[in-house]
Amino acid sequence: MVYDVKLRKISENVYEIKKEGNMNVPGRIFASDILIQQMRRDDTFRQISNVATLPGIIKASIAMPDAHQGYGMCIGGVAAFDIEKGVISPGCVGFDIDCSVRLLRTNLKAEDIQGKEKQISAQLFRDIPSGVGRGGRIKLSEKELNEVLLGGAQWAVNNGYGFKEDYLHLEEEGRMAEAKPEYVSDRAKKRGAPQLGSLGAGNHFLEVQKVEEIYDEKVAEAFGLKKGQVTIMIHCGSRGLGHQVASDYIKEMESKYGTKNLPDRELVNAPINSELGKRYFGAMAAAVNFAFANKQLITHWTREAMKKIFPDFNAEVVYEVCHNIAKFEKHEIDGVEKEVLVLRKGATRSFGPGRKEIPEAYRNVGQPVLIPGSMGTASYVLVGTKKAEEISFGSTAHGAGRVMSRHQAIRQKRGEQVKKELAEKGIEVKSGSWKGLSEEAPEAYKDIDEVVRVSHELGIGRLVAKVKPLVVIKG
Amino acid sequence: MKDTNNSNKTSLEKKFTFLKHTADVKFQAFGNTLEEAFKNSAIAMFYSMYDGNIKKSKEVSISVEGKDFENLLYNFLEEFLFLLDTEGFFLADVADIKIEDCTNNNGKLKLKAIAVGDDAKNYHIHTHVKAVTYNEMFVGFDKEKDQWVAQVVLDV
Repeated sequence: MVYDVKLRKISENVYEIKKEGNMNVPGRIFASDILIQQMRRDDTFRQISNVATLPGIIKASIAMPDAHQGYGMCIGGVAAFDIEKGVISPGCVGFDIDCSVRLLRTNLKAEDIQGKEKQISAQLFRDIPSGVGRGGRIKLSEKELNEVLLGGAQWAVNNGYGFKEDYLHLEEEGRMAEAKPEYVSDRAKKRGAPQLGSLGAGNHFLEVQKVEEIYDEKVAEAFGLKKGQVTIMIHCGSRGLGHQVASDYIKEMESKYGTKNLPDRELVNAPINSELGKRYFGAMAAAVNFAFANKQLITHWTREAMKKIFPDFNAEVVYEVCHNIAKFEKHEIDGVEKEVLVLRKGATRSFGPGRKEIPEAYRNVGQPVLIPGSMGTASYVLVGTKKAEEISFGSTAHGAGRVMSRHQAIRQKRGEQVKKELAEKGIEVKSGSWKGLSEEAPEAYKDIDEVVRVSHELGIGRLVAKVKPLVVIKG
Repeated sequence: MKDTNNSNKTSLEKKFTFLKHTADVKFQAFGNTLEEAFKNSAIAMFYSMYDGNIKKSKEVSISVEGKDFENLLYNFLEEFLFLLDTEGFFLADVADIKIEDCTNNNGKLKLKAIAVGDDAKNYHIHTHVKAVTYNEMFVGFDKEKDQWVAQVVLDV
């Protein structure tokens, strides 16, 4: 798709889309020349311009190095809104509300698990529910589900799934206090209830990894990471509950406010301070809590599964970052500190040292930023920066970002071949489906190394460590 | 509106086709009638999740409303995602489908259908459709090709 866009390179890794037509602010893209070329091939630029037309948007419609075409807002999009004049759009949060990433550090070294990769993948695959149409391991009453939506990861810990130290090391301490379960529809709750504690499918995964390289010794030490150490990464979201919340409110906002004046039906929105806007935010926060609880249960079962193989196994939470989320945060706007609503869709918060939102243990160095690669490629641990707070509302990239459609990927390589190639690189993969593997082949994604390089070079998230997958579980 | 079974036209050249989209799944479904285009949209959505044969062991009645064709299609497809998540129902075919237009009397479009399929647990489903989207969605009659077209982007 070719979109005639007035794109201007401002400085190394910074591009601007000129403000014109109905745009209230310019577009701003943090990407290298190579990544810009990849974005040119799809609808990313037009979607950045569309978001710039929304009322109350501040400074710029921003895109991260891994941005690619989504619906409404591009994936990898960030926008901040004035609370009085601005709007909230479910399409700028995404359907998979709080699709997010958690990292655990373990007391194992890479050599401890050598030769046991198959055993580990089989055990994890057995103990952690995954796949489409397959539910979780626990049954919840309606009352219990409401408690999950209020309590998030803290609910799970209070019910015996993990430790207090776990949720103290999560974004929001594993619970958004603004959650309003009463604004989540019965339909959404029905979709969510059987799925709590399951990985899902698609790009969601659980990986056993090893720390391959340390770039910043001091920060890595603060995060408890050492070269050769085994880590575990969990990537999943709010499952059907979050999808239904997004869908419900898109429909309700459409019927209340209409879409006539919008460049894209998916950008339907409501004023932040309106009754409907507030209800969406409360329901979204409840879905975020579902995602927090979901990963807490998976963390607990991962510990149990690993203990069956390594009796002295121990895993502590490094951190969990939220993608696809809206949050009220304080930022400096034209020299004045102000509370604004920040929407991050396929983007990671990247706060620098000192922010009170960061767990005490990391407050001196900055927030851990976890950027998973595509299946079979390295993932990265970065640290948030003051620079990000200055230029990207405290945000950086969230992953590799697709470059190839799923069908293209399936046509190009069979799942069996993908598994074989990864095995040759020493990576054991277990998936519910061959086609699912083929869809997520590493070639279908942007080069993660290039994405994190740009983040580091620009200073919106600095490199701390590189982790390499050893065992991958996919739905 | 005409029932699919009463159509005199010859069978379609194609029931649906998938189009290029970087991150998500995009398709166009066709029909000699509006109903048939809806039916083929549902089949296309499930085909994007699993492209093998699905047994017809279960039947489910579906009833949805919409204020326009797109809204009706959105609600129709979303109903299947709801059934998949809550009951594990995986669609094989739509046996009977009727759309009634009550928009003249300030009412809505009403769709009733019988869906047949099987338990999702019996298949290795490769793609997880998270949601139906309005992105680039349209339902219309293509005069040139003399058939109905429905275009949908799925969030996966």
